[in-house]
Amino acid sequence: MCQVEEDYNGLECNQEKITVPTLNRKCMKCKEGTAVLIIRVNDAFCRSCFKEYFIHKFRAMLGKNRVIFPQEKVLLAVSGGTASCSMLSQVQEGLSREAPKKLRFVPGIIYIDDGGACGRSAEERQRSNALLKSIFTETGFTYFIVSLEQVFSLPTSVLVPGTSDPDPSNPSYKQAVDQYIKEKQTLTEENVASAVAQLNIEDSAYSPEHKLALERLFSSMKTLTAKEDMLQTLRQHLILHIARENGYSKVMMGDSCSRLAVKLLSNIALGRGAALASDTGFSDPRYGDVVIVRPMRDYSSKEIAFYSRMFNVPSVFISGLDTKTHDKASIQRLTESFVTNLQFDFPSTVSTIYRTSEKLHTVMPPQSQTAEPASKCLLCLCTLDTKVDKASAFHATLVSEQLSQIKLQDPSLDAPAQSAEQCCTEGQGCGPGGCCSSNRLPSHQDLKTLLCYSCRLTIKDMVATNTLPPYIITEAEKRQKRSQMKMEISEYLLEDDEEDGGTAAL
Amino acid sequence: ELSLLGLHLGGAELLFDGVKNHHVTLPGQSDPWDMKQLLAWIRGNMLKERPELFMQGDTVRPGILVLINDADWELMGELEYQLQDQDNVVFISTLHGG
Repeated sequence: MCQVEEDYNGLECNQEKITVPTLNRKCMKCKEGTAVLIIRVNDAFCRSCFKEYFIHKFRAMLGKNRVIFPQEKVLLAVSGGTASCSMLSQVQEGLSREAPKKLRFVPGIIYIDDGGACGRSAEERQRSNALLKSIFTETGFTYFIVSLEQVFSLPTSVLVPGTSDPDPSNPSYKQAVDQYIKEKQTLTEENVASAVAQLNIEDSAYSPEHKLALERLFSSMKTLTAKEDMLQTLRQHLILHIARENGYSKVMMGDSCSRLAVKLLSNIALGRGAALASDTGFSDPRYGDVVIVRPMRDYSSKEIAFYSRMFNVPSVFISGLDTKTHDKASIQRLTESFVTNLQFDFPSTVSTIYRTSEKLHTVMPPQSQTAEPASKCLLCLCTLDTKVDKASAFHATLVSEQLSQIKLQDPSLDAPAQSAEQCCTEGQGCGPGGCCSSNRLPSHQDLKTLLCYSCRLTIKDMVATNTLPPYIITEAEKRQKRSQMKMEISEYLLEDDEEDGGTAAL
Repeated sequence: ELSLLGLHLGGAELLFDGVKNHHVTLPGQSDPWDMKQLLAWIRGNMLKERPELFMQGDTVRPGILVLINDADWELMGELEYQLQDQDNVVFISTLHGG
């Protein structure tokens, strides 16, 4: 903890915000220009130094982490807000010819229109889609404008993490860059750009059934917390699907430092502590073939807001689920208000949380590469944290939940379950209408075993799980059948680490 | 009398009937107008709804940035800054960005 350059500015003696009433303060970097803004605790920058600082930070973040290889296809997830639009402008800036050390990947843009879940009217949605479309065409990159209703036509493969392509000749980052520079002469950027620009997809159309289905899904969630969580999950799935379909191996998200600090704390409150490192870290590898990166994670929302105002980054404000809600409307909202208010009095709050999050790493269990899909959460694809032993806190919550439930062990409830078991164990396949038919929709109980702790809580908040999109329900059934089958044949399965003690050599 | 140009961005405009640009004329008074008084005036005369989403006590709610003539108001003395004719005041909400 005691590092040489550690910034203890706000930590020691609970230092309050320093209001230094100075007019015409000089920039701390060039010492000449008049300062126009203060970032962090007390650093004043002039306009040009700030611009340099902002641009440099983006490059440094990508350069430090070295996960984006030359010519790789990277999808930029833009929500219309200032942070993701600033990210877009940084990518544009970095790819432009004048930049001394050009960025070298092939970008695409994706925007998910979630107005159907947030209760926006069709005209509003069309209006913001048009505004965004004009911003996107300006950049010249391929773009996808997809409405959230499309989740109802997603395939179940979205819920299965892909394997990243282990290229046997996989060069190291430096080698890849050198190789690219040598080959650059054969491929002119313009050709690529023009060919790719023709692939613009504006799939913002949606069918009325899907619209209705989406509305039903969200109205079946009782709390705003669950709604926000579900929206986030569905959005991720859709982005993942588009990325996979179009050959994008990376997705860039515009989460800022402030946003991630809030996300860290609210994820802990939501029960997602186990996945913190991937939820808030620079890269999120849980989907296997598509890696999520967060290059804006070093920028505070103040820096982003100032930059976009001063340098005219076009953005579109789109109201979301929690716009204009009061502080206690949801866990996420409450955490945001808590952190923002605390930051006001103690300006190093966000950076402290951020620095803590940098120290989090996921411990990869040795056999995780070969883990079957069943050991990942159905919805968020993080490793299931609910198969833990009896001495854990999780087990304690289960026990107390059982004990506090009213004892109505209705015999009629047990009967269908038993008959379902009998139906399959008799060795006969189930005919249509049997327990294995897709007519039987999963109840809360069924889904629980496939979900991590916090996704369970979200589903628990749903009135009717049959409003979930078909790909989720189908995949859930598949996994349940598989685990049931595994249980039935378990005595015939050889354990991996079983020694040859059983078979006597004759 | 004091003539000001106001701008609400980043979602703050929702509290002002969706209007981003405002041309405001403050009534003349003996003492110069400062930001604190301006905020109180905005709360009383311009805010259409949910004052708690814009202000907290005497100052703006944390999460809302204020720029005076395109410079951070922290450099200008924040609430104590005395307004001048034709000043440009911008409020940016950072709470729903990105």
